[in-house]
Amino acid sequence: MLTSIKTNEFRGDKSKELGMMYFRVALILFGAQLLMGLIAAIQFIVPGFLFELFDFSVARMVHINALVVWMLYAMIGSVYFMLPDETGVETVGIGLGKLAFWVLTAAVTVVVLVFIFIQVGSGTETSIWLINEGREYLEAPRWADIGIVVVVLTFYWNVFATYMKGKQTGIMTVLIADLFALAGLYLAGMFFTDNISMDQFWWWWVIHLWVEATWEVFVGALAAYALIKIIGAKREIVEMWLWIEVLMLFGSGILGLGHHYFWIGTPEYWWEIGALFSALEPVPLVAMFVHVLYDWGKEQGKAKAEGHPGAVMNNGPAMAWIVTNAFGNFLGAGIWGFFHTLPQVNIYTHGTQFTAAHGHLAFFGAYATILIGMMYLGVQYAYGVKKLTSTFKSKMAIFLIVFGVLGMTVALTIAGYEQVLVERAELGGGWTAFFAAQDLPWYIQAQVWRAMMGVVTFVGFIYLVWDLLTIGKHAKAAQAAAE
Amino acid sequence: MANKKVSVWTDIQFWRRSAAWVTGFATILLIWLSFDTIGQITMGTNADLKNGVDKRVPAATVINYHIDYKMNKKRGHEVPVIGEKQLFFGKEWSPKDAEALLRLGKLTEQAKNCMDCHTLLGNGAYYAPDLTKAWLDPAWQKGGPMQGMTGKNTVEEAMAEFLQHPSQYPTHARMMPNLGITAEEAKGLVAFLKHMSSIDTNGFPRNFSKTVAQFKAGDTNAH
Repeated sequence: MLTSIKTNEFRGDKSKELGMMYFRVALILFGAQLLMGLIAAIQFIVPGFLFELFDFSVARMVHINALVVWMLYAMIGSVYFMLPDETGVETVGIGLGKLAFWVLTAAVTVVVLVFIFIQVGSGTETSIWLINEGREYLEAPRWADIGIVVVVLTFYWNVFATYMKGKQTGIMTVLIADLFALAGLYLAGMFFTDNISMDQFWWWWVIHLWVEATWEVFVGALAAYALIKIIGAKREIVEMWLWIEVLMLFGSGILGLGHHYFWIGTPEYWWEIGALFSALEPVPLVAMFVHVLYDWGKEQGKAKAEGHPGAVMNNGPAMAWIVTNAFGNFLGAGIWGFFHTLPQVNIYTHGTQFTAAHGHLAFFGAYATILIGMMYLGVQYAYGVKKLTSTFKSKMAIFLIVFGVLGMTVALTIAGYEQVLVERAELGGGWTAFFAAQDLPWYIQAQVWRAMMGVVTFVGFIYLVWDLLTIGKHAKAAQAAAE
Repeated sequence: MANKKVSVWTDIQFWRRSAAWVTGFATILLIWLSFDTIGQITMGTNADLKNGVDKRVPAATVINYHIDYKMNKKRGHEVPVIGEKQLFFGKEWSPKDAEALLRLGKLTEQAKNCMDCHTLLGNGAYYAPDLTKAWLDPAWQKGGPMQGMTGKNTVEEAMAEFLQHPSQYPTHARMMPNLGITAEEAKGLVAFLKHMSSIDTNGFPRNFSKTVAQFKAGDTNAH
């Protein structure tokens, strides 16, 4: 992965090269996310750990921001990677794209350093502009927000101009519309109000309409592209499925926003709207799961019927991660989301570890998986490998990461149940109720398991990095030897 | 006749159009509902408070009133009840001063990153207690452990004292770190918390700090 730029294996495919640059930073930030998660997990068990030095709030802030930013990096990388394949032309503004990459990376570095070393500011507008906006997931200070908007506009212009110049496939049309919404929504999180209800109302426009609408459609488009690329799925079928997915994802996800408006001061009618539409949100995720597996089976069957032995896919690890995505999206976003989406349940689960359980499996299952799959596609093309097969390291990576995240999710779900039943149902919330639940033996046990499963995930991540750094070179050498 | 439609169900154009229509319709509905919601969650005015007009989010001057959280039989859950006038930090705040104090509180809440340990309106991190109705928490009232610990005589003074020196008043092995909150910022934060407790959250959190006896009697523990 590292040598791919130095040796310029892309033979002039600058857009893919740019995509790889984004993948590299994404991977570093992914590592940072996991490290911060480990610190925060330890703080749950050992409260004095790094107290007043590197508090939970700091670790947690960097944990979730590194998550969002690595995913955005990997998403931008994926788009630059697929752009020439889909449009049939080279991306128009490579120089500008590279400049935007360096500007974004410099800005992210500064923001992270400020988060880590300055941490908090005084109660002034200046703090919000320069240090920390203090709104979960959108903590980036305002100057960085503006920088992000500029960089994203540059990116969008690049994609749009390339799209207009080249072939306009269904996948690209979906992406163009989706990225427009995704970029535009960020603006909803860029203002200050002293009304906390109004604050949370618009905050959810960014958070929900990203992760439960536009990001999901983005994943649909990526999966469509990857299926064509990896198993040679038929474009007509893949694109038809993509439109059905868009219909169902936006049809349920846009008004599903209502399930965040149950308790923030917003009117009661969101109970019904939020419940109905968010209850439908798992439907497209089932469809996506069926679609991936169906296409895989179909192409494999066709190859067998035509007398081609062996696996139909040309990239084993990428396919493994994409299938994990299909299942993880359904399980994490669909099932774990549905668990607590009805207001009758949510009044007790809202703001407990239940949410954390859902958050972990959903972000991993729906997004991390497919973006890792895209990185494997990147490696395959960077080294000019015709058929990339999984190594021991690839298998260890996927096994340990999936096992670790599932373990964390189950542990957090148990912690959540304890909290819901004791803190909320039995004791009715409040300061003493909160700590009464935090001291329950089963709650503490769950937090210990979560930390251990976090370590498992981290070991898996080390295997992943090791594999991404070496698999391409080895496969290329093996290919050269065979030829 | 290769292009003849076999069935509408396998027709890309049909699905593309359906996707566009459904997305458009959902978006329009969301925007329409948002207009209604924004109207309902816009802060009320000082006059509303004086005239007893219930607003989902009252004006900043709600800090001059006693706030309770009581079961509303008709709605089937607890709602904030704004009562008689009550001094806040020993005085009644003018609309201008109250707004400035709330603003300072909200800015401080963001700058100190409260949401990455606590939840506000149930959103945030799950490392520390939910603050939605913190102002009404029995622990902070007279005779409650938090007020007792700080040695202060009012909820606001106890909260402000705690916020400035949190690690001097440990309530649990998991403590709040010292975030360098000044006396003024602490006042602002308490105003922010008091204001938040007056927001109509459709009954969240349910049965706030209640005992079974109180639940049956329809009474409340919040003050």
